[in-house]
Amino acid sequence: MKILVAAKRVVDYAVKIRVKPDRSGVETQNVKMSMNPFCEIALEEALRIKEAGLASEVVAVSMGPAQCVDTLRTGLAMGADRGIHVDSSAALYPLTVAKLLKALVEVEKPGLLILGKQAIDDDCNQTGQMVAGLLGWPQGTFASKVLLDKEKQVATVEREVDGGLETLCLDLPAVITTDLRLNQPRYATLPNIMKAKSKVIEKYTPEDLNVELKSDLEVVEVTEPPKRKAGVTVSSVEELIDKLKNEADVI
Amino acid sequence: MAMLIRAIKCCTTLSRFSSLPFAFRSVSTLVLAEHEGGAIKAPSVSAVEATKSLGGDNTVSVLLAGSGPSLHEAAARAASCHPSISQVFVADSDTFTHPLAEPWARLVHLVQQRGRYTHIVAASNSFGKNILPRAAALLDVSPVTDVISLCGSSQFVRPIYAGNALCTVRYAGTNPCMLTIRSTSFPIPAQIADSKSNAAPISQVDLSTFDEDCASKSRYVKHTSQDKERPDLGNARVVVTGGRGLRSAENFKLIEKLAEKLGAAVGATRAAVDAGFVPNDLQVGQTGKIVAPELYMAFGVSGAIQHIAGMRDSKVIVAVNKDADAPIFQVADYGLVGDLFEVIPELLEKFPEKK
Repeated sequence: MKILVAAKRVVDYAVKIRVKPDRSGVETQNVKMSMNPFCEIALEEALRIKEAGLASEVVAVSMGPAQCVDTLRTGLAMGADRGIHVDSSAALYPLTVAKLLKALVEVEKPGLLILGKQAIDDDCNQTGQMVAGLLGWPQGTFASKVLLDKEKQVATVEREVDGGLETLCLDLPAVITTDLRLNQPRYATLPNIMKAKSKVIEKYTPEDLNVELKSDLEVVEVTEPPKRKAGVTVSSVEELIDKLKNEADVI
Repeated sequence: MAMLIRAIKCCTTLSRFSSLPFAFRSVSTLVLAEHEGGAIKAPSVSAVEATKSLGGDNTVSVLLAGSGPSLHEAAARAASCHPSISQVFVADSDTFTHPLAEPWARLVHLVQQRGRYTHIVAASNSFGKNILPRAAALLDVSPVTDVISLCGSSQFVRPIYAGNALCTVRYAGTNPCMLTIRSTSFPIPAQIADSKSNAAPISQVDLSTFDEDCASKSRYVKHTSQDKERPDLGNARVVVTGGRGLRSAENFKLIEKLAEKLGAAVGATRAAVDAGFVPNDLQVGQTGKIVAPELYMAFGVSGAIQHIAGMRDSKVIVAVNKDADAPIFQVADYGLVGDLFEVIPELLEKFPEKK
């Protein structure tokens, strides 16, 4: 069985972002970019499944401008066998990404597709669900535990839901999206980074995959959120209780 | 405040746009609702509340799915829970006993083909986020996640980058326009529940053409829940949160004690969850729950970007931390630099009894 993992290049999670003065978006020039943390977790899970002898190959996919190849190299250095880059300079919304992934699934025929539950830039939390819908595959979203049964061709997925954990049993092939607690992604070692340079990255364009980049959403403007007014520092518990009672009127 | 002004501004731009023929265009909304124990869940009622801002001549239908008596009990309550609701649809089948995405998405597709709604809305919780994008893909439209403000029927504001920027998007595609809404941004007015005298009609969804195939690919196994003695984190008036500074699960009991005294819900940071102090469903932040209580008290919380994302809209924020440079103090209305192991017992002693 082959596993396909989707990885997105995003502004590093630790960066304090800046909104562009013309309100067209967020500054991404000269800003540190990394693999989306949830995608790292997705890739780590795929590698662990392969290491357990339940998968034969892990293929990492990234979509977007040329620099996405760096994200793929990171994935290859972590242990993915090969990469696929779908080259597009246009803004890609989750619906388009899902359609491109569906087209790649038809080429690659994986038994499992693993994605992060959301990208930390657009915070959409949609792509995995959408590609599962398009493929007619079952979905295990927000996974915190994945158990594969090769004989029965099923995946048992524990999901993080409101109010606790839910366990589902999915027939393979399936789509899984990862939550934070699924695993701890590994670091790429220097020898592996060197090795990754000789691994293959295939290139596709949306036209090759017969996917039309229609976009039914337009960004009108991006603004900074309202700033909270500066607070005060109190010196004692009494003062805190007094302020909460008489000034803020919340207790 | 600034956000409000901006929201009003974007609404006025839109109304200028739509002051001519568009104003008469009617809006019909389908709200995907979740129920439990014979009652419609609060976030789903918030989704109904949010549809009020879609404008036009809006009719709101609510869709509930499940099986057995608790579904019909929930439908009866849903019919009279909000004055905007004009119709309740019930899909009763064993397929829907548990809210699985595969049959639900097909159901939404089926109901949309019959009803031709202009909008489909759900709350942005684990139910809505799981189901709505899948249904959107079946209908070939782009959904909009986590909307915090609606400006007319096609323009919406949503947070991006962990709430560090607000993005206004316009939906320019075909019907339906699909949204999940952030329920803390659409609180349900207190008097609304009893203001309604006549209940909306309830009708059954005809499932004779429903394709059951999709349902068999995933099966529900079990749900493990945490005991729920305290108020629900998402809707609590007061939230008391502990971070890494608590140092152990044993010490975290101090937070629970304080919460009990205040009638508050307990929250936690990712560090506290990862360290095993508390279960993951208490996590507040970009990837956990988004809360906006009247009072948010953070103990031993440094204030990482991802945590602030989940509580920045709280009315009053109190931070207690021994590190005076902790970023949490930049968003706190009241900050106290001190050792939480001294402060919490003192608070327990001196806090006035809850009313």
